[in-house]
Amino acid sequence: MSTVTKNSFIKVNDFNFWYGNSQALFDINLDIKEKEILALIGPSGCGKSTLLRNLNRMNDLIDGVHHTGDIVLDGQSLYDPKVEVISLRKRVGMVFQKYNPFAKSIYENVVFSLRVAGHNNKSELNEVVERALIGAGLWDEVKDRVHDSAYSLSGGQMQRLCIARAIANRPQVLLMDEPCAALDPIATLKIEQLMMELKKEFTIVIVTHNLQQGARCSDKTAFLYQGKVIEHGETKQIYNQPTQQKTVDYITGRFS
Amino acid sequence: MKKFFKKGSFGESMVSMTSLGLAIGVMMTVGLLLLILVKGFESFWPKPIYEITLKQPDANVSIGSSLFGQKISLKENKSFENKQTEWQFFIGNRELYGASFKYITQENITHLKRAKNTINLERLEYGRLLGVPLYLEWYDGKKLEYGSADFAKSFKEELHHVEGLRKKLLQIEKKEMGRLSEGITNNKDEIKRLEYLQEKEGIDYSLQISELEEGIKYNQSQFLGLEEQTAKLRKGQHRSTLHYALASGEQHKIEVAEIIRYYYPNQMNIFEKIGHFCSSFWYFLSENPREANTEGGVFPAIFGTFLMTILMSILVMPFGVIAAIYLREYAKQGFLVRAVRISVNNLAGVPSIVFGLFGVGFFIYGLGGNLDDLLYPWRSGVPTWGKGGIMWAALTLALMTLPVVIVATEEALSAVPRGVREAALACGASKWQTIQRIVLPSAAPGIMTGLILAMARGAGEVAPLMLVGVVKFAPELPVGTEWPFGLNQSFMHLGFHIYDLGFQSPDSEAAKPMVFATTFLLIMLVVILNLFAIKIRSHLSKKYGSSGF
Repeated sequence: MSTVTKNSFIKVNDFNFWYGNSQALFDINLDIKEKEILALIGPSGCGKSTLLRNLNRMNDLIDGVHHTGDIVLDGQSLYDPKVEVISLRKRVGMVFQKYNPFAKSIYENVVFSLRVAGHNNKSELNEVVERALIGAGLWDEVKDRVHDSAYSLSGGQMQRLCIARAIANRPQVLLMDEPCAALDPIATLKIEQLMMELKKEFTIVIVTHNLQQGARCSDKTAFLYQGKVIEHGETKQIYNQPTQQKTVDYITGRFS
Repeated sequence: MKKFFKKGSFGESMVSMTSLGLAIGVMMTVGLLLLILVKGFESFWPKPIYEITLKQPDANVSIGSSLFGQKISLKENKSFENKQTEWQFFIGNRELYGASFKYITQENITHLKRAKNTINLERLEYGRLLGVPLYLEWYDGKKLEYGSADFAKSFKEELHHVEGLRKKLLQIEKKEMGRLSEGITNNKDEIKRLEYLQEKEGIDYSLQISELEEGIKYNQSQFLGLEEQTAKLRKGQHRSTLHYALASGEQHKIEVAEIIRYYYPNQMNIFEKIGHFCSSFWYFLSENPREANTEGGVFPAIFGTFLMTILMSILVMPFGVIAAIYLREYAKQGFLVRAVRISVNNLAGVPSIVFGLFGVGFFIYGLGGNLDDLLYPWRSGVPTWGKGGIMWAALTLALMTLPVVIVATEEALSAVPRGVREAALACGASKWQTIQRIVLPSAAPGIMTGLILAMARGAGEVAPLMLVGVVKFAPELPVGTEWPFGLNQSFMHLGFHIYDLGFQSPDSEAAKPMVFATTFLLIMLVVILNLFAIKIRSHLSKKYGSSGF
């Protein structure tokens, strides 16, 4: 079921997760290598987003959640009492399904994570803005109006802005929760091309409903169903030679 | 009947119904405002003065068979068999006629005449004078008849002279003599304090005390010197007298020093009348009240209302917003939080007089009394903080309007979409940073709405204010240059002024136009404060608005 490889960057060990009394994740075992793209696929409600949100402990915000098991990032458990959640979230960035830029300028959106960390040096921030916007593929389009409101951008641009915001602080991991769900095909394509570039610098975990996207972009794929990892391996192998019947059914579209 | 429904799709009738409801509401509001406006401004418009000749001579000798009067209103007495119509006239000359207003039945009036030379004169005592000027007489015996060419100019000059001296007197009395008195009071207080410390700690302060007493004596001698000055100025004011006649022919005189201003309404053209209207309104706004608030202006009340509302807003906003942030963002949502929220909401329903009582008991006697004992033990018996003042009033009203602010802020905070909050947290912001940088700016327009509602509610309340610091007449404005900056002083308030004028003045007819005018002013003050807050809100809305998708 799971392939354990050396040099795991993120390791999920026997992870069980409850929302109150209902269990959402059962015995999840995954490991992700550095600078690879892992796609989480599966039908609605199978726990993909739940698992993703645990990787930067966003689920802590919900009342009544608890878990057993562990998630280890770069050798350190996420739930170690010495780990401060805020500094964790600086190392693990997140891009959400519906783009949610702040009601500020493009510049302020990108440097937000630096400002909350206390960096206010103007030249440093300018540098970061340029690097992040180039990295998000947005620089050419907005370099003249970087102080305009973020709301003056189109949907695809706003999502790329959110990506820029997430990578500004140079996180180690980038989590993407169906980032193209609200975008048109052309914008989606741009984001996918972006991911290939981002892969060179960050480890990416992406949740997607779009099987073609998963097949195109990811190195590894994990198929989840009803809170369990059914199959996890190289993307080519999952799509061409799946070993589990459920995987076959899902990929061929018998259920979605 | 079917045809009626067929005309449009069902539901169109609801549009008419709802628009009818709105129309009625708007008409009532506008109607009320117009009524207040018209009745209030009536008194500022210069009305013509008629010479009224009566059929039956009046009991008052000064009136006899004719008197001057301005038409105020018409009353129909339907109770008599033959319908009687009565005119209400403003007749002035209160010291001679006994009252400023008089009802005269239509039948009793033989005829009404308008003479060009009737004067309406505003003076320092007894309200206004309606009469016909005869001549000016100076103390050196010189006389100048009304008909002569120089009369108007000379009269203006005399009044101007009196005005100038009046201003100088005010300057000396209020500023210079005021400063000296303040110095004396401060020194006396300091002496008391040192004596108290002497007793308590046994240290000898007799050197400082004698120094302070020297200071007092010095100020007192300066004071006497200034008093001589003012006496001289007063003498200088009294150098001419105006002789005038009533309609009955009776002659009287008035020192020019007593005159404030005058006009000849029957001589004025439309432009002069408009000019007089505007200047009357301006005097109403800027002057201090005279004669138990029935004459003069309402400036101290405007200032007091304005200052108190600002203080109240400054006090209520931080507390309300912080409490709402805790309730909505930090507190664990359970039974206790729900109970607190319900209690806060119900506070809004407590009658305001109860807040007034709380203010008296807790702030004035409790806090104020204890502060006095702690800070000023040598002023035993003379309360500094243990009495009504603008600070306690602002605090009481802030408490009263707190629920409004809390509710509005909570609504605004919960309206901030979850997405931006999660995005901020995912960027590594702490909870407080998220609130401070993202949530609060986004909720700012809603919070401003809370402020607007709080100001509107607070500015209009009168009952609690009567207990915590508003007075009928305050000799000075509640501001000062040194601690406590006037914050413990009583003040005047437009709302209380309306009550006082309407129900506690000796001449309720004279006060009626002022009641309406003051009501109008209060509404305008609240509208202006609200417009200011609305402007801030729309500015914030544009800057931080979370709409854009």
